[in-house]
Amino acid sequence: MKIAVCIKRTPDSESRFKVAASAAGIDETGLKFDLDDFASYAVEAALQINEKGGGGETVVYAVGPDSVQESLRKAMSMGADRAVQLKADPVADGIAVARALAAELKSGGYDLVLFGKHSFDNSAGVVGTATAELLGLPCVTAASELNVSAGKGTARRELEGAAELVEFPLPAVVTIDEGVARPRYPSLKGIMAAKKKPLESKPAQLGAVRVTIARMELPPERPAGRILGEGTAAIPELVRLLQNEAKVL
Amino acid sequence: MANVLVVAETRNGELRKVAFEAVTAGRKLADASGGGEVHALLAGPAGIGGKAEQLARYGADVVIVVESADFAQFARESLAATAADRARAGRYRAVVLGFSSQGRDLGPRIAARLDAPIAADVTELAVTGDTITAKHPGYANKVIVTLTLSGAPVVLSVRPSAFTAAETPKAGRVEQGQATPASGPTVRVTEVKEGAKGRPDLGEASIIVSGGRGLKARENFKLIEELADAFGNAAVGATRAVTDDGWRPHADQIGQTGRQVSPQLYVAVGISGAIQHLAGMRTSKTIVAINKDKEAPIFKVADYGIVGDVLEVVPALTAAVKEARKGH
Ligand SMILES: Cc1cc2nc3c(=O)[nH]c(=O)nc-3n(C[C@H](O)[C@H](O)[C@H](O)COP(=O)(O)OP(=O)(O)OC[C@H]3O[C@@H](n4cnc5c(N)ncnc54)[C@H](O)[C@@H]3O)c2cc1C
Repeated sequence: MKIAVCIKRTPDSESRFKVAASAAGIDETGLKFDLDDFASYAVEAALQINEKGGGGETVVYAVGPDSVQESLRKAMSMGADRAVQLKADPVADGIAVARALAAELKSGGYDLVLFGKHSFDNSAGVVGTATAELLGLPCVTAASELNVSAGKGTARRELEGAAELVEFPLPAVVTIDEGVARPRYPSLKGIMAAKKKPLESKPAQLGAVRVTIARMELPPERPAGRILGEGTAAIPELVRLLQNEAKVL
Repeated sequence: MANVLVVAETRNGELRKVAFEAVTAGRKLADASGGGEVHALLAGPAGIGGKAEQLARYGADVVIVVESADFAQFARESLAATAADRARAGRYRAVVLGFSSQGRDLGPRIAARLDAPIAADVTELAVTGDTITAKHPGYANKVIVTLTLSGAPVVLSVRPSAFTAAETPKAGRVEQGQATPASGPTVRVTEVKEGAKGRPDLGEASIIVSGGRGLKARENFKLIEELADAFGNAAVGATRAVTDDGWRPHADQIGQTGRQVSPQLYVAVGISGAIQHLAGMRTSKTIVAINKDKEAPIFKVADYGIVGDVLEVVPALTAAVKEARKGH
């Protein structure tokens, strides 16, 4: 089946973050960037669907500056067939990004368009669902299980204290949660092959950008932790503090 | 003066806590924009209109009741279309909803339909002239981002528990509204599997007891359950190590790739405190950690730590908490 996967490049989640001098972004010096975690689950899901189906095509898309090409190559080294960069400076307006993706995907003839359920940097989860709306396609958000076959699919979504099982016709958009597929590591052969796979770059049709980052700051530090003691001997003190200091008992 | 539309979340014919929080956030926004009205959209199956009074109590001037058999389940396309139509007709300054699993799904749909800017997972809101600024935590709660949104309406989804629902009774004049049917192919719910009954959801609980690999075996999770019971109405969470091993369902996972929670009390039992786990719970008001390794990173964020074996400490703590809560 013909599958598009829209990805993002984000910094390593283990990093310590600093705010840039401009205060309108993070200081990127020394940060390691990679294909976003949920996006990598989406790439893996697409590859598995096509491997099982024995054929098809997996195309990866990213909106962003030239640095996103590295993540597009990573997706191709995992097995995606080709990549498209929709070139733009970083944008904080998810609807504008969705507009650019929808304009590009509209005539792509895709059976399935996958996204990560959200990206690590802002965890907003706007772009995938908004793209689906603009394309007029059904959309399952945050799927933790996904099965697709000719013309239709089923998925599971985790709700607060419940889970929802759904079915939907193809073509469709699905945003991927943890649980669907664990991403593979690119093989050496995959990395070599990715270098020769086509990566097309063209300007993103963002339209009006109406959300901008005014400021970033670090949250207040938690006060340093405090160890009360060892073993059961520390319990009376803990209970006392929970009653009198934290006031939760 | 500008009015705000709140999309009130319901499930199984009941309003969710996040609905009241969204009304409170909407109220703040309307008051800050020169005293506008808050209109709450209350969509659900027949009979949902009976809940209108609850929304009025939290500050809804008008409650738009839309009853439709389709809304017995999460009819996402129709619900988004209904909200967007109402937003368009009412010329609202903002559409506010909760950043719950339902709100995460609906917010971008409504924004796309209205071609409106959206800020998600909002923890603070401010209005200055024509612009709305919204704060939201980014980079797994490690950075606070302030966004500026221009144009009207804007869509804002508020992080659960960030706005404490406050009673500010208003008239809550009831208007009957119409559901807009979905215009294209839709996602159909085939089944809703209700989770374990009798425990609050992780996002709504004021106390969470969470277990990690330090519990050693699936059976030992009953110690976590018992401690949660001792606290009264506590929820139970887990680390990815535990959900990966299948000791607990994925839905219980707290962290960067799981749920993000901010309870009054978070008790971390046999949890090392990996950065991806901290990402989901570091904003908790009070953190307690029990771990046998005094160097475990969880102790760096724990207000109160106990170094010890969970199999020994937890049953004793359960007994002590029960004792302390006697008479509750
Ligand atoms: C991309 C990515 C995303 C991730 N997302 C998440 C996420 O959302 N949530 C999450 O939780 N993790 C996540 N992880 C995994 C995370 O890195 C850790 O591996 C995980 O949190 C560890 O779980 P744990 O603390 O239960 O286990 P461990 O790290 O194995 O820690 C067990 C702890 O128990 C203690 N212990 C052992 N025996 C006892 C005993 N008898 N009594 C007392 N203490 C004892 C040990 O000292 C240790 O500190 C993610 C990882 C990656 C790479």
